[in-house]
Amino acid sequence: MYRYDEFDHRFVTERVAEFRDQVSRRLTGALNEAEFKPLRLMNGLYLQLHAYMLRVAIPYGSLDARQMRMLAHIAETWDKGYGHFTTRQNIQFNWPKLKDVPDILDALASVEMHAIQTSGNCIRNVTSDPYAGLAPEEIEDPRITAEILRQWSSLHPEFTFLGRKFKIAVTGSEHDRAAIKVHDIGLQIVKDDSGETGYRVLVGGGLGRTPMIGKVIRDFLPKADLLPYVEAVLRVYNLHGRRDNKYKARIKILVHETGIDEFRAQVEAEFTSMDRDSVAAPDDEMARIAAYFALPDLAEKPDAPVEVERMKKLDPDFAQWVTRNTYPHRVPGHVAATISLKPIGGAPGDATAEQMRAMADLAERFSADELRITHEQNVVLPHVAIGDLYKVYRGLAAIGLDAPNKGLVTDIIACPGLDYCALATARSIPVAQAVSKRFASNARQREIGPLSIKISGCINACGHHHIGHIGILGLDKAGVESYQITLGGESTEEAALGDRTGPGFGYDEVPDVVEKIVETYLAVRDGPRETFLQTYRRIGMEPFKEALYAPAH
Amino acid sequence: MPQLIDHLGAARDIWTRLAEDAPLPGTGSAIVPLDRIEEASATGLELGVHLPNDVEPEAAAPWFERLSLISVDFPSFADGRGFSVGQRLRALGFEGRLRASGPVISDQFDYLLACGFDEVLLPDDVAERQPPEHWTAAPGRITLGYQRGRTGRGSILDARRMPHSG
Repeated sequence: MYRYDEFDHRFVTERVAEFRDQVSRRLTGALNEAEFKPLRLMNGLYLQLHAYMLRVAIPYGSLDARQMRMLAHIAETWDKGYGHFTTRQNIQFNWPKLKDVPDILDALASVEMHAIQTSGNCIRNVTSDPYAGLAPEEIEDPRITAEILRQWSSLHPEFTFLGRKFKIAVTGSEHDRAAIKVHDIGLQIVKDDSGETGYRVLVGGGLGRTPMIGKVIRDFLPKADLLPYVEAVLRVYNLHGRRDNKYKARIKILVHETGIDEFRAQVEAEFTSMDRDSVAAPDDEMARIAAYFALPDLAEKPDAPVEVERMKKLDPDFAQWVTRNTYPHRVPGHVAATISLKPIGGAPGDATAEQMRAMADLAERFSADELRITHEQNVVLPHVAIGDLYKVYRGLAAIGLDAPNKGLVTDIIACPGLDYCALATARSIPVAQAVSKRFASNARQREIGPLSIKISGCINACGHHHIGHIGILGLDKAGVESYQITLGGESTEEAALGDRTGPGFGYDEVPDVVEKIVETYLAVRDGPRETFLQTYRRIGMEPFKEALYAPAH
Repeated sequence: MPQLIDHLGAARDIWTRLAEDAPLPGTGSAIVPLDRIEEASATGLELGVHLPNDVEPEAAAPWFERLSLISVDFPSFADGRGFSVGQRLRALGFEGRLRASGPVISDQFDYLLACGFDEVLLPDDVAERQPPEHWTAAPGRITLGYQRGRTGRGSILDARRMPHSG
């Protein structure tokens, strides 16, 4: 885990003082509301339907027990006792008061956290793979790159008033768990023919109302050129991105309208002519940061300890939890264990202060004091000895977070929707809850297999519906909620945007609709090993359309 | 009256900004539109040019030797194109005075200085609400950032490499 040095500490402390000053200048009228708005957004403070919302950055989703406990403390002291983990590996508090925000930011700074650039038209929190550093197939820990980018992008003088928000994601593995193809810039750590480590760079991906898959702008970028190259991309975007229409202001539109070849030529021209040395992070700085991300000292352990094997036989739910919610680890005898924040009927991504503290305790005892937030709105204990899994599982059961459903039909992503958000056109959390209850049976979920449902409450697509195997988009049709369904979306290295089934459905119909889609899949799949996505790719939309829209016999 | 501010606070503006087709004055310091540089450069005027933020900064480069000032248009404080325009003008080698013209806010002053600007020319309503002391206080709020910029303060990355910096 990265640790602040004196400079990082001073930076966030001064930033809080600056925000305090901005709040007081707003109160005296020196700053008008229009001027104050981007300043508060860049400090994470967003105005929602009923109240302010504070979005706290969890850089690349990594945090330790002390930081998780501080989030619990904030939830209890200044909010309603819970927080909401987001698809961008952050946490949102839904009910803070404006006057308390500087104090909350001070509390965050005391544990090396902040809310800088979690909102607004600037470079947002850099996201990454929740299995960073431990995935056996990984080339290099992507958090090193993400931290270098975090520092470079923090209050970047040139790129703090962009045309629109700008999101960067990094993966160190070929199997992409960071959804890099739907980010403004996606970075994949690769090795070239000579064995040198560098990046494959994608640009112009994104969701929202005009979803696009990112395009390759550089097949191989040497590591040392990271910051100059990203800066060149941002400069071309800042100078040429559209400012006439906020819905056409993301870099994906610029890349699309310019053409990737011409855009690449402009970036390369800027990159070639700029003073790269004044921007690049020096080798010793990269090494300094890399050292923080060394794998914790874990002793090799047995892969199938007798005790755990015995408990798997006695407790089938535990056996399913081990199968579904763990991922292989670089160090023999260890796994990464996913804590599902999707209990049946719960609000996806929500955790109470008590749950946060319990997760912090488990991290301290069983996971080298580390936790990760995933873009699927779950939490990962990244370094758990297999022999400790049952203890972890029991600990999670005690706080109601033992759902063995990672990647299954009830592991639903949902935006806050009409319950919180001023932009929403429909509810999303209650839809997620209703679908979750419909598929509550563990046995049935197991039978269905991997299936991701993603729900957005408006076309801005914060619930990533375009890249759900089943996507659900809530719209407002003449004052009535209407839900449009897409099939076949995917977020990984095989990223794809879902196809619309046809006309939308009413709020109460959504669980039935999802069930019909699932039943159709189960009826036509080529055996239990063929996943929903594979079946959809094989047979296409027609059978599903038939099931959803044909008149009943 | 628009208010000129630099890192020391309120300053006196010696420049006259010429409207599109106003006649060139005989003497003094004049800021002309980009398409009138050629005409104006033949005079004895101390010369500046006003650049909209949607033209390529390179367009002014042939005249750098002749220009004492470039004024970059900020149509709104939220339109950040001018930051990159300033940065690029400096990268292209412009060494004269760089001015941000428009309703920028004091919270942006440090960023403007880092991108190579020397001064801002504020419309009345901003100048009234944000007196010079707000502007002179702005650059010290964050002692060191992560980018080197052009303020001469260096960056956190530089400071980390200094001996005994901890």
